[in-house]
Amino acid sequence: MKLLRDSWLVYQRYLGILLRNPAWVIIGVTQPVLYLLLFAPLLKSIARMPGFPPGGAYNVFVPGLLIQLGLFGAAGVGFSLISELRFGVIERLRVTPVSRAALLIGRAMRDVMNLLIQSLILVLLALPFGLSIHVGGLLLVLALIALIGLMMASISYALAFALRSEDSFAPLIFTATLPILLLSGVLLPLSLAPGWLRDVARANPLSYAVNAGRAIFNDHLGDPSVLHGIGIMAVLAAIAVAVAARSFNRAAS
Amino acid sequence: MAPAEAASAAMIETRGLRKVFTSRKGPVEAVAGVDLRVEEHEVFGFLGPNGAGKTTTLRMLATLLPPGGGEATVAGADLRRQPALVRTRIGYVSQAGGADSEISGRSELEFQGRLYGMGRAEAARRAAETLEVLELTECADRVVRTYSGGQKRRLDIGLGLMHRPRLLFLDEPTTGLDPQSRARMWDEVRRLRDAGTTVFLTTHYLEEADALCDRLAIIDHGRIVALGTPDELKRRVAGDVVTLGLAGAGEQALALLGAQDFVREAGREGDVLRLYVDRAETAMPAILRLLDGAGLALETMAMSRPSLDDVFLHQTGRSLREAAS
Ligand SMILES: Nc1ncnc2c1ncn2[C@@H]1O[C@H](COP(=O)(O)OP(=O)(O)OP(=O)(O)O)[C@@H](O)[C@H]1O
Ligand SMILES: [Mg+2]
Repeated sequence: MKLLRDSWLVYQRYLGILLRNPAWVIIGVTQPVLYLLLFAPLLKSIARMPGFPPGGAYNVFVPGLLIQLGLFGAAGVGFSLISELRFGVIERLRVTPVSRAALLIGRAMRDVMNLLIQSLILVLLALPFGLSIHVGGLLLVLALIALIGLMMASISYALAFALRSEDSFAPLIFTATLPILLLSGVLLPLSLAPGWLRDVARANPLSYAVNAGRAIFNDHLGDPSVLHGIGIMAVLAAIAVAVAARSFNRAAS
Repeated sequence: MAPAEAASAAMIETRGLRKVFTSRKGPVEAVAGVDLRVEEHEVFGFLGPNGAGKTTTLRMLATLLPPGGGEATVAGADLRRQPALVRTRIGYVSQAGGADSEISGRSELEFQGRLYGMGRAEAARRAAETLEVLELTECADRVVRTYSGGQKRRLDIGLGLMHRPRLLFLDEPTTGLDPQSRARMWDEVRRLRDAGTTVFLTTHYLEEADALCDRLAIIDHGRIVALGTPDELKRRVAGDVVTLGLAGAGEQALALLGAQDFVREAGREGDVLRLYVDRAETAMPAILRLLDGAGLALETMAMSRPSLDDVFLHQTGRSLREAAS
């Protein structure tokens, strides 16, 4: 009960900080929008190649873009935590009786909310290009993005606690995220990949999320890959939340 | 009051409080066994050079850092066994501040109040009251980034006061402030004490420790080297201080004067000699005669009552002004 109340308070505070500069919500979505406008048209011809999954270029590409947004959009959130640590904001909050897990959960909820708004913007922009999706599918995809965002935001916060320096934080998190992204078939489906790459990708949990996203956009909501993708992300998100909440609790040293 | 509190009227009591950090260069003993008692309704000061262990001690007492050893009761609660209870009773203002820069002072205060369990209306009322008292009403709705140094520091303290704690920790409340803001802050601290709050603050500034603290502890290398009221501490350095500036003859002069009966203690930093004597009035003519006789050139001469710096020097052999290492 206290955890819920405190998380809600923390969520509201950080949402307020975000909405003071709503431009950041838009800036955060520009990169995927550029992919949508400047890269996706190239796929129209590739989509006719053998091995390209069915459903049309946009229904294959947009789920990947959404997952990329979830991953990269949340990867940077630890950045602001580093300056809060330096300016004593986190210590000040940790001296209050607030539930320390709520300090993580509340702000990660804000990050997830930001991602969901950005995802909706992206989906709406993709509709005129021929993307088709039902409400049920859309909700399911948003749930998937929320889990990915929750996982990535938690990892980002935990890393910020460990490094406490913007200079090492940014290169490390983005360098670590890129191969995970590429090895998940986000940009192009892995069905086009050589065998070895496909084997490596199978060990990458994110590729299950991408498969789930594509199945949903193909209207195969009952496909086992949907359950796998969401299940795997839910487990990883839970682990990441637990690890990051621990850092908020023991921010000491 | 609970029975546990009745047994000890002290606001803070520590026994052998310790903390060792492990850094890349090996273990650092930041706090090396601190025993102290802070009474209710006093302003207690921690005076010490950089790295003395002031912040580390405060962070342990404020439940931010688990103690490496020792025991403490803080505001009537056991630090190790009841950290949650300690948190409800104390306020802590860190050296770095505490207010976020991208948010208004008022919303920070209201949020702080909500974290202490206040309802929306109560938090708003208490925030307005705090802003009023700290004279921040004028900038209350601007983002903190635009505050002056003094306004920012007052807001930090307001955050620590929202829930009316019995005990307030202030880590270097006046560092970086101009003299005018510093004087304001001193008034604020005195007002708090008069209203019944116990204040535990740290400082580098001798004048601040002297003017503001009812009692103080001088801390160096994680150890308390002296503890008492400023006057008690100064009286412990018996007599007066005579400071001599010698042109290139500091060492010889120390050898000569240090051996005299009327000199209780002597210290040297370069060509500046500090002599602790019973009575400066009678010592000065004698010093002049001796230096003259030995042919040592005297450039400057001054006498003073002992300051807290003399206390520090007396206890550690270093000057606080130069101990910043
Ligand atoms: N997290 C930490 N890890 C390793 N060493 C630390 C840590 N925090 C403090 N120390 C070391 O412990 C010692 C005491 O530090 P502390 O911050 O308590 O000093 P201080 O008296 O507050 O100094 P200042 O006046 O500069 O604020 C220093 O040598 C410092 O480098
Ligand atoms: Mg300090």
